[in-house]
Amino acid sequence: MASEAVPERSGRAAEVAHGLRAYGLIVRMWIRSTLAYRTSFVLMALGNFAASALDFVAIVLMFSQIDALGGFTLPEVAFLYGTATLSLGLADLLLGSMDRLGSRVRDGTLDTLLLRPVPVFAQVAADRFALRRLGRIGQALLVLGWSVTRLDVDWTAGRVLLAVVTALSGAAIFAAVFTAGAAFQFWAQDAAEVQNSFTYGGTTMLQYPPTVFAKDLVRGVTFLVPLAFVNWLPALRLMGRPDPLGLPGWADFLGPAVAALMCAGAGLAWRHGLRAYRSTGS
Amino acid sequence: MTAGQLIEVDGLEKVFSVRRKAGRLRRVRHEVRAVDGITFQVPRGEMVGYIGPNGAGKSTTIKMLTGILVPSGGRLRIAGIDPARERTRLARRIGVVFGQRTTLWWDLPLKDSYELVRRMYRVPDAVYRTNLDRCTELLDLGPLLDVPVRQLSLGQRMRGDIAAALLHDPEVLYLDEPTIGLDVVSKAKVRSFLREVNAERGTTVLLTTHDLTDIEQLCRRVMVIDHGRLVYDGSLDGLRAAGEGERTLVVDLERELPPIQDVPGARVVKVEGPRQWLAFPAAQSAAPLVTAVAERYPLVDLSLREPEIEGVIARLYRPSAALGSPPTLSADPP
Amino acid sequence: MWYTAVAAGSFRRYATYRIATAAGVFTNTVFGFVIAYTYLALWAERPHLGGYDRAQALTFVWTAQALLAASALLFGGGLDELQTRIRSGDIAVDLYRPADLQLWWLAADLGRAGFQLIGRGVAPMAVGALFFPLDLPADPATWLLFLLSVALGVVVSFALRYLVSLASFWLLDGAGLALIAGLACMFFSGMVLPLRAFPGSLGEVAQLLPWAAILQVPTDVLIGARSGASLLRGLAFQAAWGVALLALGRLVQAAATRKVVVQGG
Repeated sequence: MASEAVPERSGRAAEVAHGLRAYGLIVRMWIRSTLAYRTSFVLMALGNFAASALDFVAIVLMFSQIDALGGFTLPEVAFLYGTATLSLGLADLLLGSMDRLGSRVRDGTLDTLLLRPVPVFAQVAADRFALRRLGRIGQALLVLGWSVTRLDVDWTAGRVLLAVVTALSGAAIFAAVFTAGAAFQFWAQDAAEVQNSFTYGGTTMLQYPPTVFAKDLVRGVTFLVPLAFVNWLPALRLMGRPDPLGLPGWADFLGPAVAALMCAGAGLAWRHGLRAYRSTGS
Repeated sequence: MTAGQLIEVDGLEKVFSVRRKAGRLRRVRHEVRAVDGITFQVPRGEMVGYIGPNGAGKSTTIKMLTGILVPSGGRLRIAGIDPARERTRLARRIGVVFGQRTTLWWDLPLKDSYELVRRMYRVPDAVYRTNLDRCTELLDLGPLLDVPVRQLSLGQRMRGDIAAALLHDPEVLYLDEPTIGLDVVSKAKVRSFLREVNAERGTTVLLTTHDLTDIEQLCRRVMVIDHGRLVYDGSLDGLRAAGEGERTLVVDLERELPPIQDVPGARVVKVEGPRQWLAFPAAQSAAPLVTAVAERYPLVDLSLREPEIEGVIARLYRPSAALGSPPTLSADPP
Repeated sequence: MWYTAVAAGSFRRYATYRIATAAGVFTNTVFGFVIAYTYLALWAERPHLGGYDRAQALTFVWTAQALLAASALLFGGGLDELQTRIRSGDIAVDLYRPADLQLWWLAADLGRAGFQLIGRGVAPMAVGALFFPLDLPADPATWLLFLLSVALGVVVSFALRYLVSLASFWLLDGAGLALIAGLACMFFSGMVLPLRAFPGSLGEVAQLLPWAAILQVPTDVLIGARSGASLLRGLAFQAAWGVALLALGRLVQAAATRKVVVQGG
């Protein structure tokens, strides 16, 4: 019987297309698995929404006592909150279970992924794909929508474009963090929680105005782990606020470039980690 | 390159560097040679048993053969492909079943898992249909295709897993403990299916197992690995002989009696109440022995025990082993 | 005594997860920094919010991070293992053991909390004290009372988690309930914002609920917001909720046992 009926394509683009296709296939399987337990799915989506909303409730509670935080009004903070949470939500939806890599290494199930004719990254990224994570995205969009109606911003086409690009490049930055965190687990299998510092911890930080934080901390998330490009810099520009570090104006548009760099770095880390795994097997 | 050799392994090595505790905080690095220079070939269409005690290097070898692990040294080709460099290309041409690790989708009907294999491996429709129909028929999967995998019994799931590994027409099938935990009926089903597939399609099979019956019923050739080295490569009978294997006849007598004597070719190794254990050379037939005992003693029940593979290997490795010095006792395939 | 052995075993088991502990400490510390600055901004606007001064508010932040793992403020804490046993049916074996199920898991949870208080608590608190002006008591008696209050808080936390786990006897999938229970715990424990800083009657009601016993009361003991009679009232409040919830747990456990016996395991 014919075993090589499909000609092998080669090259980088083909590999990416191949990976995306495999990702789609596995995601579809997970969605169907989820729908086997419909009530549970609805509950979990609501729970995801509520868990995400809890952070915003804290902000609302704070504003029940004050009029401005770090010089920012509630709609302004809500805009920061919405953009940061939306980006995290998108990344979480697309590859949020990558932090299970360490346990897959420990229990040996990573090996079964290496036996399939598709990239391991696509399989790990699609692992336990959960539509319930739309709950966070929905919650972020609600807060964002509310803030937009309250903010005094003239929404020109350019500004809308900047907002959309920001959300997407922010998601790509978080995706890079998820990937780098997973790659780290090739060496430290129990260190899943470290990446929470950068994803959830980072998001919590980005939900508040940068004026709240010490300058050194802001410098850290600008130059060291460049999360400031997820939403702070572009959002400050949209709201007509100066950035506390006094960076040149063009820095506000660097989001996509930073995202591309971080994704490339995370990709390298992933390849390196997988290679280390295949040579040590642990 | 030898024509017709599907698996070619030459001086294969895998060295792990592990850190071990030395004192409260100090860790010392040292090297573990998990696979220490293994050489063998498997021609297309052969079924080979690959056995050895736990930790001998069995699964490390399998992981290198399937491209999961990159070897530290030596040469390795499966159908001309270097597994370490072309993992995904190799993946299309091999099938793997890990006995204790299902690849089926827990909450979905069995056939959904097969559909995923079809798309992921890009199996042409006609090929897929033929293979699925054949597997369904031989493994009695018909009534199970629409059942969620979580509701299948262990034996049903194993059959489902084996079918999943064959849908893309692999040239080699690696089976790691395919009958572990299965009941007698399921074991028999799995074995007859594997024989069928091998005969029908010429699929090469490499089988690791703790159950010697698997090997007896499926493989003419067996390889034994211990401490990372191939200590035997030949027929199963040859292995028994090489290991000075002894089988054991367990007899239950009507009452407690002194150790059975006067039966030629056998000696009592253990007595426990009315039950006695008689050891005799593995090559010798048990029939005359049973007759001899039954004639002279009040026999209630009896059973026959094959030599344990661990015991055989232990004897193989004993320095005073009758057949010359390890590690290689016999390199001739049957 | 068997339960001290269970507790000690649990303590040792958690102590073996060294990398996970270090990763957790790192995360707690990062969150501590982030939240500390938001509180600083809040207290800059309202200097005596909830009756706390700046230093007390900062101490609240770092105490919450230090107790996060020990008091299971996110509602994990190893009881998911109990849920797994219930769902797989293995629980039937446990129910026939001479050791009482609730006491067994309580002992194990106290052992876990004991380790996590040290392993996950000390380092974030020390980092917090190094970088922020915290209001930590100088006299050892207050620390001892704080530890007592933390222990009572862990018991309340356990009793709540135990109830949620037992729900798996009746629910096909306990994940939804566990998620809701975890959110309630985060919100009403003061993890999100000190209960005293909640506006109006929401704050008053929240301080009467069992979750207040897990974080709010122990922290108030540490930062001196409770002393004398108020301190005794706080401890009594914790103990009362602990006893009530453990008793409720026993009732539910008895019902679960009957269910298992009737269904034959």
